[in-house]
Amino acid sequence: MDQKGGQIEIRELTKQFGGDDVYRDFSLDLTEGEIISVFGPNGCGKSTLINLISGMMPMDGGSVLYDGKTIAKTRLSYVFQNYRDALFPWMRSINNIHYPLMIMGLDKESRTRRVEELLAEFEIKIDLHRYPYELSGGQQQMLSILRALITDPEVLFLDEPFSALDYETTLFMRERIQRVFLKRKNTMIFVSHDLEEAVQLANRVLLLTRRPTRVAEIVPVDVAWPRDSKTLTSPEFVAIKSHCLEVFSREVNRRGGYETDGTER
Amino acid sequence: MAVIKEMSDLRPGIASPPGGFHAGHKVDPQHIKKAGPDRRRKSRRDEIRGYFRKIFEIVSGPAILFALWYLADVFGILNTRLIPSPGATLVETWHAMTEGAMLYDLAQTLNRVLSAFAIAAVLAVPFGIVIGANERVYRSAEFMIDFFRSTPATAMFPLFMLIFGLGDQSKIALAAFSAWLIIVFNVAYGVINARKTRVLAARSMGASRIRIFFDVIFLETLPQTFIGLRAGISLALIVVVVAEMFIGGVDGMGHRIMDDQMAFNIKDMYGSLLLSGALGYSLNYTFLLIEKYFIHWAGR
Repeated sequence: MDQKGGQIEIRELTKQFGGDDVYRDFSLDLTEGEIISVFGPNGCGKSTLINLISGMMPMDGGSVLYDGKTIAKTRLSYVFQNYRDALFPWMRSINNIHYPLMIMGLDKESRTRRVEELLAEFEIKIDLHRYPYELSGGQQQMLSILRALITDPEVLFLDEPFSALDYETTLFMRERIQRVFLKRKNTMIFVSHDLEEAVQLANRVLLLTRRPTRVAEIVPVDVAWPRDSKTLTSPEFVAIKSHCLEVFSREVNRRGGYETDGTER
Repeated sequence: MAVIKEMSDLRPGIASPPGGFHAGHKVDPQHIKKAGPDRRRKSRRDEIRGYFRKIFEIVSGPAILFALWYLADVFGILNTRLIPSPGATLVETWHAMTEGAMLYDLAQTLNRVLSAFAIAAVLAVPFGIVIGANERVYRSAEFMIDFFRSTPATAMFPLFMLIFGLGDQSKIALAAFSAWLIIVFNVAYGVINARKTRVLAARSMGASRIRIFFDVIFLETLPQTFIGLRAGISLALIVVVVAEMFIGGVDGMGHRIMDDQMAFNIKDMYGSLLLSGALGYSLNYTFLLIEKYFIHWAGR
């Protein structure tokens, strides 16, 4: 899995909300070319973490480098939880995918070529001449993912991408996202509130503590790809999942056990 | 929000269910998801039946009203000095339209309404966007806008007469002023409530501020802008008609209705009322149609 192999270096990340530390001198190294899922107790700042390191939200302090490059110099894409609010309803679906390339200043011909390549690669069967609101929820989120992928991002952030979808669609989307990853090998960092999903779709599960947030553990998931519904019941998968659950429960039940300077880790 | 409540009052009843215009043949996406794609293809007969039911629903109200009016006349319940028979009213109205000046008056009123509305829209949309773009600016302007919006437009007749005289100018100016306030308010409100996610999405793609403004915020604001425009034109009609009654009017529907009342030309008065109603309804309906066509994503 270690194809791109660059490092994501998060250094002394600090963020306050209304005077409370969410992150204080939070440092972390991640490897590019992997899927990393972020999981943790409610309100620990899972989404905040990816918002900060993707540049969507300004940080109060600290730095993030992608293979030595700053956020501004790295091609990043972001998939929102609420696809309905993130897609552009006044554009046809196909133009939604074109839009990031338009921003990059590509002419129509090369845009069309890239979009067609992407659609062929993932065998998309959605009628893209419809408007986004005419598509089903799963199709809309697939459209968001395509829109994020069209720029061939070095890192793709996904904020609880499937939590607005029903279970059947979620299972389908999990399968599709694995296909995307196995083909593209983009680094993906995604937030999940579903432990099963967090383990199934990740090379590493980043388990966070309560605020001020620390890394509780980074759990590697060395299970063969692609991971289908059979994988979910295999003994090795179940073992990893229950280990994560153990760490998670410990963190949920521990209250106020951390010094703000982070010495106790 | 008070304004929006007023707005929904202005919508004609048939258009009030969301997607009302397409209710017969366009199925909402939620529905498709639940029922599967084959539900989408309604049989042609169902479609025609739905169409007739729709027409029946629209026509039945006025038909009942006219029937009651007719029956009341036949049984002699009406004081025909105050309420003439429906037949006589319609005949008289027809004559006034074809031989008299009723259509001319209607055209004059429409002309004033459209002038006032055009001025208001051109001045209000950019202004609304500017004050809506900055929440602090909006908060400080909100009181003023609310204050003048709450001031009865009719109370300002004398002032506008002083400034603009007795001619068309003062009528148009007052109507434009009233419409301007309600449009500004709605545009600003639309800008403030633009979904931040879309702005973030565009920003994450590296879009410049100008691009974000034109590609996202402006379009995001359009549904609310249209609500304001629709309310604005309805208000402009009200103000123009009232102004025609009192500010040195020589023509227009307001002037005609006032004249009819004074000359006790009751049948013509009812005809004028019906026609004024039809004008207001048509303006509103035209806007709804434009809205449905251009702002197809509103409320989705």
